Amino acid sequence: MAAGKSSTAARADGITMQRTEAAADAAGKAEAALGQTMRRRGTQSRFWWLVPTLYILFLMLPIYWLINMSFKTNTEILSTFSLWPQNPTLRNYGVIFTDPSWYSGYINSIIYVVMNTVISVSVALPAAYAFSRYRFLGDKHLFFWLLTNRMAPPAVFALPFFQLYSAFGLIDTHIAVALAHCLFNVPLAVWILEGFMSGVPKEIDETAYIDGYSFPRFFVKIFMPLIASGVGVAAFFCFMFSWVELLLARTLTTTAAKPIAATMTRTVSASGLDWGVLAAAGVLTIIPGALVIWFVRNYIAKGFALGRV
Amino acid sequence: MNKTWNNKAWFMVLPVLALVAFSAVIPLMTVVNYSVQDTFGNNVFFWAGTEWFQEILDSDRFWAAMGRNLAFSAIILCIEVSLGIFIALNMPRKGWGVPVCLVLMALPLLIPFNVVGTIWQVFGRIDIGLLGRTLAELGIAYNYVNNPVHAWVTIILMDVWHWTSLVVLLCYAGLVSIPDAYYQAAKIDGASRWAVFRYIQLPKMHRVLLIAILLRFMDSFMIYTEPFVLTGGGPGNTTTFMSIDLVKLAIGEFNLGEAAAMSIVYFLIILLMSWVFYTVMTNYGTEKR
Repeated sequence: MAAGKSSTAARADGITMQRTEAAADAAGKAEAALGQTMRRRGTQSRFWWLVPTLYILFLMLPIYWLINMSFKTNTEILSTFSLWPQNPTLRNYGVIFTDPSWYSGYINSIIYVVMNTVISVSVALPAAYAFSRYRFLGDKHLFFWLLTNRMAPPAVFALPFFQLYSAFGLIDTHIAVALAHCLFNVPLAVWILEGFMSGVPKEIDETAYIDGYSFPRFFVKIFMPLIASGVGVAAFFCFMFSWVELLLARTLTTTAAKPIAATMTRTVSASGLDWGVLAAAGVLTIIPGALVIWFVRNYIAKGFALGRV
Repeated sequence: MNKTWNNKAWFMVLPVLALVAFSAVIPLMTVVNYSVQDTFGNNVFFWAGTEWFQEILDSDRFWAAMGRNLAFSAIILCIEVSLGIFIALNMPRKGWGVPVCLVLMALPLLIPFNVVGTIWQVFGRIDIGLLGRTLAELGIAYNYVNNPVHAWVTIILMDVWHWTSLVVLLCYAGLVSIPDAYYQAAKIDGASRWAVFRYIQLPKMHRVLLIAILLRFMDSFMIYTEPFVLTGGGPGNTTTFMSIDLVKLAIGEFNLGEAAAMSIVYFLIILLMSWVFYTVMTNYGTEKR
C-alpha cells in the first residue's frame, strides 16, 4: 500500500516532468537561447523599458504625493507648496497609533478580510473540482448563475443586506461583512480555481484511485500541491476585493467592526478635514496590500498563465 | 477534457450554493418584493404591480444616469484595454525587472476604493495637489469641483490609474505562456511586427482579454465609491452614476419601491450586457479555430 501511494506521487511528478522534458527537447537549449535573442530583436525595440517606466511613474506620482503629505504638518500642507516635507513630522502617524478609534479600524478590516478569504477559498475548492471534472444536471447554468452574482452591483444589495443581517442579529460583527463579501468573492474563486484545476490532467486522479487513495487524502496530498499557485491567486483576488470594498462593509457595521476605510470617511467629515492624518491613514491602508502582493509576486505571472484564467 | 457525467458532483457544489443563496438569493428576493409593493409605513404593504417600473422607465433622471454610466464604461474600456495591451507587450520577460514591475503595477489594485478617491481628491486639488497646482502653474484653469468636463477627465484618469494594471497583468500572463517556437517560426516566415501581434500574440491573449473586458465592464458599470469620494456626484448631477443615484434613492430618500425597481432594471442591464460580451467573445474564439 505504501509503495502504491508513493508511486502515485511519483507518477504525478512524472507527468509534469515529462511535459517539461518534452518542451525542452522540442526547443533544444541552444535554440531556446537563439530564440530569446531573436525575440528581443524581433518584437521589442531598444527603448522598450521606456513604456513600463513611464507607466510606473504615472502610478507612483499620486501615491508619492499622499506619502509626502502624511509627513507634513497641516499648516505646511495648506500654506506652502513643496515637493517633499520641509520639516518632516511623525505626528500624523502618532495620532493613528495612539487613538483606538483609528487603529481598531485596521484590526477590524484585517479580521473580516481574512475570514472572507478563508471561507471563499474553502467552499470554492470542492465546487471548482466538481465543475472541472464532472458534468452534472444544470452545471453550465449553475456556473453562469454563480458568475451573475459577481455582476451584482453592491449598491443593489446594501439595503436588503442590512435588513437580512439585522434579522439575524449579525449587524456590526466581522462575520456579517465576511459573509456579505462572499457574494462576489465566492464566484470569482470558483472561476479562477476551475481554470487551474482543468489544467491538471485527469489521469492523476485516476492513478490515485487505483493506488487506493481515498478522495479527501488524494485532494489534500496530491491535488492541492498541484494547484497551489491557483489557490494563491484565488486567495489574492479574494483578499483584494474584500480589502478594497467599502459600500457593504460600511452599511453592515457601526462601531465594533467598523473598517478603516469607513473610519476615514467619517472622521474626516467630523473633524473638518485633518489632511495630515487623512493622508497617513491612507498610506497605512496601502501597506497590507503591498505586503500581500510581495508574497504572491511569483504566483501572479506564473499562476495566471498556468490557469489560463 | 472529456468529463464524466456524475450527478453526485452536486454535493460538492452544495456549500457554495448554500452560501450564495444566503448572501444573494434572499436579498434579491427582498428587492423583488419591494419593487412590486407599496407602503404607507407600519410595515403594511400592498400590491403595486409594475407601477414602480413604469415610474423608473419614464424618469429622465434614470436614463441620464444610465447614459453617463454607458459613456463612462465605453471610454475607460477603450483606454484601459488598448493601453493595457500596449504596456503588457513592452514588459520585460526575464530578470529582476519582472517582479519589480509586477509588484509596483499591482499596487493600485489593492488600495481601498475610497482611498483611491481620497488620493485623487488630494492630488487634483488646486491649492494642495501636485496635479492641480502644476496645471494651475501652466495657466490651465483646471478645477474638478465646479467644471463638469474637468470632473469627468479626473474620474477617467483616476479609473485608468486604478485599473489599467489589471488588464496589464492579465495580458502579460497570456503573453508569457506563448512558447518561443512561435516567435522563431514567425521570424523564419519574415512576419512583420504587426503580423506577430495580430496572429500570435492577440489570439493567445484572447481568453485573458475576455476576462479583463468582462471584469472591467462590470466593475466600471457599478462604480460607486471613487466618484462618490472625489466629486460626490457633482458638479450638479454631471457625475452621478447609477450606483450613486440608487444609494441616494434607497438610503437618502428611503424611496424603497422605486429604488428596488431601479435595482432590478440596473442588474438586468449588467447581466444582459455581460452575457452579450461573453457570447460574442467566446464565439469569436471558436470561429478562429
